[in-house]
Amino acid sequence: MLSPVIALMLALPFFGALALLFVSSDRRRLSGWLAGGFTFGGCMLLMWAAGTVFDGDVVRWRVEWLPSLGVNFGLRLDGLALLFSLLILGIGLLVVLYSPYYLSPADSSPRFFSYLLVFMGAMLGVVLADNLILLAVFWELTSLSSFLLIGFWRHREDARQGARMALAVTGLGGLALLAGVLLIGKAVGSYDLDIVLASKVVLQKSPLFAPILLLVLLGAFTKSAQFPFHFWLPHAMAAPTPVSAYLHSATMVKAGVFLLARLYPVLGDNDLWFWIVSTAGIATLLMGATVAIFQHDLKGLLAYSTISHLGLITLLFGLDTPLAVVAGVFHIINHAVFKASLFMAAGIIDHETGSRDMRHLNGLWKYMPITATLAMVASAAMAGVPLLNGFLSKEMFFVEAVAVDSHRLIEIATPIASTIAGIAAVAYSMRFIHDVFFNGEPVFGPNAVSKTPHEPPRFMRVPVEVLVVLCVVVGVFPQFTVGPLLAVSAQATLNAPLPAYTLAIWHGFNLPLLMSVIALAGGVGLYFALQKKLNLHTIVKLPGDAKLLFDVFIENLTALAAAVTRWTQNGRLQRYLWLIVATCVLVVSAAFALFPSTAMPGRVLVSSEFANPTVIVIALIGMACAVFTAINHQQRMTSLLFLGMTGLVVAFAFVYFSAPDLALTQLLVEVVTIILMMLALNFLPKTSKAEAGAVRWPDAALAGLAGVGITWIVYQVLQRPFNSIAPYFLQTTVSKGGGANAVNVIIVDYRGFDTLGEIAVLGMAGLIVALLLRDFRLPNTPFDGQFGVKLAESARISLLLNTVTSLLLPMALIVSIYFYLRGHNQPGGGFIAGLVFAVALILQYVAVGQRAAEARARLRYPIWIGWGLLFAGVTGLGSALVGFPFLTSTFKYFSFPLIGAVPIASAMFFDLGVFLTVIGGTMLALATLGRLGQRDVIASTKEEAV
Amino acid sequence: MSLTLLVAMGVGVLMACGIYLLLRTRLFDVVLGLTLISYAVNLFIFFMGRLTVGKPPIIAGSLPKTLAHYADPLPQALVLTAIVISFGMTAVLLAIGVRAYAENGHDHVDGDQAP
Repeated sequence: MLSPVIALMLALPFFGALALLFVSSDRRRLSGWLAGGFTFGGCMLLMWAAGTVFDGDVVRWRVEWLPSLGVNFGLRLDGLALLFSLLILGIGLLVVLYSPYYLSPADSSPRFFSYLLVFMGAMLGVVLADNLILLAVFWELTSLSSFLLIGFWRHREDARQGARMALAVTGLGGLALLAGVLLIGKAVGSYDLDIVLASKVVLQKSPLFAPILLLVLLGAFTKSAQFPFHFWLPHAMAAPTPVSAYLHSATMVKAGVFLLARLYPVLGDNDLWFWIVSTAGIATLLMGATVAIFQHDLKGLLAYSTISHLGLITLLFGLDTPLAVVAGVFHIINHAVFKASLFMAAGIIDHETGSRDMRHLNGLWKYMPITATLAMVASAAMAGVPLLNGFLSKEMFFVEAVAVDSHRLIEIATPIASTIAGIAAVAYSMRFIHDVFFNGEPVFGPNAVSKTPHEPPRFMRVPVEVLVVLCVVVGVFPQFTVGPLLAVSAQATLNAPLPAYTLAIWHGFNLPLLMSVIALAGGVGLYFALQKKLNLHTIVKLPGDAKLLFDVFIENLTALAAAVTRWTQNGRLQRYLWLIVATCVLVVSAAFALFPSTAMPGRVLVSSEFANPTVIVIALIGMACAVFTAINHQQRMTSLLFLGMTGLVVAFAFVYFSAPDLALTQLLVEVVTIILMMLALNFLPKTSKAEAGAVRWPDAALAGLAGVGITWIVYQVLQRPFNSIAPYFLQTTVSKGGGANAVNVIIVDYRGFDTLGEIAVLGMAGLIVALLLRDFRLPNTPFDGQFGVKLAESARISLLLNTVTSLLLPMALIVSIYFYLRGHNQPGGGFIAGLVFAVALILQYVAVGQRAAEARARLRYPIWIGWGLLFAGVTGLGSALVGFPFLTSTFKYFSFPLIGAVPIASAMFFDLGVFLTVIGGTMLALATLGRLGQRDVIASTKEEAV
Repeated sequence: MSLTLLVAMGVGVLMACGIYLLLRTRLFDVVLGLTLISYAVNLFIFFMGRLTVGKPPIIAGSLPKTLAHYADPLPQALVLTAIVISFGMTAVLLAIGVRAYAENGHDHVDGDQAP
């Protein structure tokens, strides 16, 4: 049945948490009423929906969330979800009722209740989720909200540590669960719970089954505090007691066993499940039960008892028979009821005496008889005394322990271990009753019982009373009370017809009954023997607290992380670059080594073409120049000259391999770059400070490796067949672009938008240089004009150079226009034309000095950049205005005298923009650096210094 | 020596020298290194369009418009703008270098954090 009621039920706690944000922290009653109201509303909605579930239907609700990933926000209320929702909302309501009496006025009630409601909502989400991803999300939310709740008293160090530990352990489990869920999705093809539950055969035959099972179990075991992940739970007892009653007995720790129950139909019924789950369960059961006896802290005892009961439930699921599963589900209910009441009773004792230490709490019977009675009944249920609910499920557990059908050794060991655990359970329950309510008088004192014990306020006891009455009623009339709920939830857990079972107190004289008798008698005997022989009060500390181990582990992990950070993030650019290059080399080599067929597909062609000797010589010269650039880097001028030579060889490569446009560009850029560097060298040291050693070998080795890698990649690629989209450009450049020079047409037309971006970058680079150095005065006068071009006004203007350049500038302008005009059909274009013009201008600067040159031509380069970008942009907009995509080009041929037919394409205007921007950007950078050398810039600095 | 191996080695040598300079401590050396690296990268992209001798991508006459008769224009177009952009990058780095030198008294890449 589809119904939004369950969505509303899930949303209510979150709404409540939001509403509580607006309540001021001293409004204790209001926040209690709000939290109670929202929880009560949830209970009512659940009651409404429960009828449908008892009729054998499933209530659903769904909206699309990430349909492309197959993840929907779907909810689903079946029997198992109903059982858990009932525990979450029912016990939640009792806890909300109880909490205001427990919290002190100093605690912020709204904060407490809003955390509690977030947790409630998250937990409901886990049990209602129709989708495994959604389940994992809510699962993490329970970890986070429990972190907040455990650490509620944030001024206390033990609370902070306990919270952190719980988060670390359960959070890690949550990640494992997520991984497991993703693998399930991969194996089954869906995250949808209905589909997953129906895919038992597919999943268990999948090669991923073992990892899936391990990961999911890791999630369940960490959450349900199974050995060896149990150690966080006792430390979570630093939480306020209502939180312990709610999270650490009834709900959150049950999320792990819920997961076991939920996925039992697909993951269960195989050997791996049996061995792992039952081993973990039996170990936890025994360990928890025995350690609990020796605790002095009331809540510590209850925590270890909880661990052992969770072990029991896990063991039942691990036994892997339908009847054991029924018993497991039954024990989930019973344990939640009696353990929550015991925690609340412990909270009352703590609250009314000021102590939780059983070495001080003695003889409380005469101070608080009603509370004592309630606690004793609940403890008896925990011990498995007949006529109480705990007895019934424990009896079913003994039946299953006896009925184990496996290796002979296991068949004997399981009943014996179960009986021992039963004895220990009776012993610690006995201690809870005897040590607290009898056994002499309370020890009064500031660090012991600090108040005169008395009964709690009336309504603080009500939740305990309700739960204890449930223990009794269920214990006496199981079939009439819990019967239908158990049937519907066990059926949903098994996802199959229920096995035959009867909920009865008396099954006749049999082995399980004998085990119960042995457990009861043995437990009472064990407790009194221990008190007499050892005197439990004198035991100072039990060895083997895993917290120490955990702390050492965390400490080392943090230290390791800090060391790695210090090594990688040492604040030195050299280290960062080294690591980046090394990582590239490593990752790429690994990719080629591990996946050779994917990384290098295709057939290897044997290259038969041999290089002609001239080419070889030129290439070798280029390589040698590059090496000299590197070797001579401490002599900067020398190094720069070799760099220029290398650039020339690169230009030659472009010429030789059919790229005239590139060759022209490379040549011109080479010229302006070298000039720029020489200008900069005027203001920089002429030598690099020597580093240790002539050559730093680790750097050289890494550089060499990278070089070999690049060589190898280029060599491999060039030997393979080629598949390019180039023919499209070649075929359409004339017909669609109106130009024969495919390279230029691509730049100004096909990829015009890219080019617009690129000239914008060039313009910005020029402006950045100008801004960086605008109001900048050289603090001293490092300018010595020792090198190359001296752009400052020059006293000795060479007449010849002056005359030649005066003539040269107009000529260069003409050449530049020529390059620009023919660029669409011949090598040339805006970039090249702009660079030609820039070089001519620079020559002008050299000849007459910067000031004279700028005065002569009235040049303001930022304006050029602006006009250039405007031209290019407006051309693009022009096509957009007439309905074509941005930067679509149109063209027509026009005849000009002398030049001939010239296609006037709108792309030409775009190229004009490129032309102007290139001149502006290039010259702005050069002129700004040149200006630094002008005398008055230096002179004014001197004046300021004076 | 085959042409393929020759150009592959050329790119590798430029790259290696560039990286070695990139790992130096002085800004000017790093700029030299980056220039060499841009040569290497530009050639790398250019060579990905394969080695074609004497067939510039300028449509002429009635030659079939295929890669058998013309070089691949696309890598060339990509590289052309890259060459110009690398000039912009060099200019900005040098301006930073000049300014840093004037303010710190040295042109160490770590600026005022330099050891």
